[in-house]
Amino acid sequence: MNDLVELTAPAAQLLRNWPLLEYEAPAVGVDVVKPPIDMLERVALHLRKHDWRLGTIVATDEQNALSLRYCFYRALEPGWLHLLVQVDQQARRVPSLTPVYISADRHEREVEDLFLVSFAGHPRLGDFVLHDDKWAENIGLMRPQVAATKPSVRSWKPHRVLEEPGAFVMPLGPVFSGHAESALFLLETVGEDVVRAVPRLFYKYRAIEKLAEGRSIADVLLLVERCNGTNAIGNAWAYCNAVETALPIVVPARAHMLRTFLAELERVRHHVGAIRDICESTALSVAANEAAAYEEELLRLCARLTGHRYLFGLLAIGGLARDLAAADLAWTLAGVRKVQPHLTSLRHDLERTGSFLDRIEDVGIISPEQARTFELIGPMARASDMVIDMRVAHAYGQYPDVDFVVPTEREGDGFARLRVLFSEIEQSIRILEQLPTTIDGSVRADVRASTGSALGWAEAPRGASLHWVDIVDGRIKRYHCVPPSFRNWHGFHIATEDFAFQDFPIILATLDLSVAENDR
Amino acid sequence: MRWQGGKTYARVREGDRPLPPAFRRSVHVRVIDAGDCGACLNEIGHLNDPIYNAHRFGIFITPTPRHADVLLVIGPVTAQMREELRTSYDAMPEPKRIVAVGACAITGGVFGPSVMCGSGAADTVPVDIVVPGCPPPPWAILRGLLLACGRA
Repeated sequence: MNDLVELTAPAAQLLRNWPLLEYEAPAVGVDVVKPPIDMLERVALHLRKHDWRLGTIVATDEQNALSLRYCFYRALEPGWLHLLVQVDQQARRVPSLTPVYISADRHEREVEDLFLVSFAGHPRLGDFVLHDDKWAENIGLMRPQVAATKPSVRSWKPHRVLEEPGAFVMPLGPVFSGHAESALFLLETVGEDVVRAVPRLFYKYRAIEKLAEGRSIADVLLLVERCNGTNAIGNAWAYCNAVETALPIVVPARAHMLRTFLAELERVRHHVGAIRDICESTALSVAANEAAAYEEELLRLCARLTGHRYLFGLLAIGGLARDLAAADLAWTLAGVRKVQPHLTSLRHDLERTGSFLDRIEDVGIISPEQARTFELIGPMARASDMVIDMRVAHAYGQYPDVDFVVPTEREGDGFARLRVLFSEIEQSIRILEQLPTTIDGSVRADVRASTGSALGWAEAPRGASLHWVDIVDGRIKRYHCVPPSFRNWHGFHIATEDFAFQDFPIILATLDLSVAENDR
Repeated sequence: MRWQGGKTYARVREGDRPLPPAFRRSVHVRVIDAGDCGACLNEIGHLNDPIYNAHRFGIFITPTPRHADVLLVIGPVTAQMREELRTSYDAMPEPKRIVAVGACAITGGVFGPSVMCGSGAADTVPVDIVVPGCPPPPWAILRGLLLACGRA
């Protein structure tokens, strides 16, 4: 017990009277608590009671120490609480938090597969990132001793199989549809109705976290942007936030403003693209083509403003790679405004197209309770009546100074998700209009190679993106990222229970999940 | 159709030839995502927009490799997609051409060669046409496809 450390508010209030806990407050707004391993579950239970959400689990494996860092936050209030647990390097065994926090499930499966840490009490471990039919057991790719490995062939079967007369598993993927991201879906069906859909992901696993190790912080930014190319700014900003907190670097005010501008521009473009996908999945060609034309318009605006259609290479550690003139921002905003009335009329038309509504209403329902239990994030959670947005409670960039609302819907079906997308576009344009584009000053702070570690976050178009960095002399020692889709794929199976075959592409489109981002 | 800088945006690799003349006005394309970040895939999605409208050239995206004449590969080819890419290629009837789209599919890009990624599609399948860019814009991809069917 260490009473001398002055803790920032949340953890102090919550855990002050717990004996046997060690505390630390490394930065403003972050409290680190070090519980003994056998107290982990009890502390977590206590946190859940007080509405703390699990952000991510960061495993760090070094020559002589193995530690797990559980990062917790709250949806509506600022402040982070980290539980730091030392794990015995030989036994590599930790109690599972999944019985307490369902959302820990995929994080623990990932850590188990890549670090060979066993989680006692976890309902299902094994075959997650590295597919068992291609790799031998016990590779533990993220352990320091692993450099490269040879694949071996093994047979693979689904964990449980539907047993009913006439039942069969229809495998869909990993190569399927016209142009879809590679992922395998095992549709357990008795004919027309699908009872369950089991996704098998990580076909696109590129091991970004492993590749980042030993590289300079600027090089890793290239990888982070390509973690999900359609949400480059969202993820890169979260990474920059992490690095800038760790070193630390004070980002100039103008850079904050420009980053906010780019992030909202990306959100508008992404959401229009998502709307196009939804229209396309219901075979509503006119609306799909209309939305596609608007997306193209926005892509060209981005290209004209920055030189890149997907805004790659704009963010840099310490600010922006180059300045954008106020006049350029003005015509970009005018361009976005020109698209806005078309989107409003598209929404109006879609909401009155019976044949379209028949396909997306009451399809892929995620109830508010389920969204809360699985701690979903982003537009997917907001369509299930959950107010969660990093821009509000954990504000960064220019967001504390702008006025906007977080749109929510109650039904949690495909139609609710579509409406959230449209409403968010309006809010993003509102933010763009409020930004003080004439702020003076430089756009990039000096960066000195130093040492530190921190968690960074940002609200990417698909939800909260969390990035953990551990930097030694300007080089990455450990990088861990949880883009929003990694968390939200956990909610996929809820939306895909007892549905008809032809609804599958529609559910997939309305959920708007990225495979690239999950597999990373 | 004009693109500033024209011909450099897609090219046929040395020694390779376009599909026979019968394919000039009807070519079916299978897209394989072998680990791309989503940007290349999004640009391919735009090929069917009213703006680019690949249909007018008789270019169709098909769901099955059995009907495909051209394989469009994106991504650095991850270890877990290598076999799938090879299987799809083997399933295609002759004659067939491979178009590698984007920096990752050409060289491995920022990801490869590494533990999980190769150095592009050419490791696994014989690439005929490359479309550089990160990501290449839809015009460039369209030009790559026109090169494959001998129209550019």
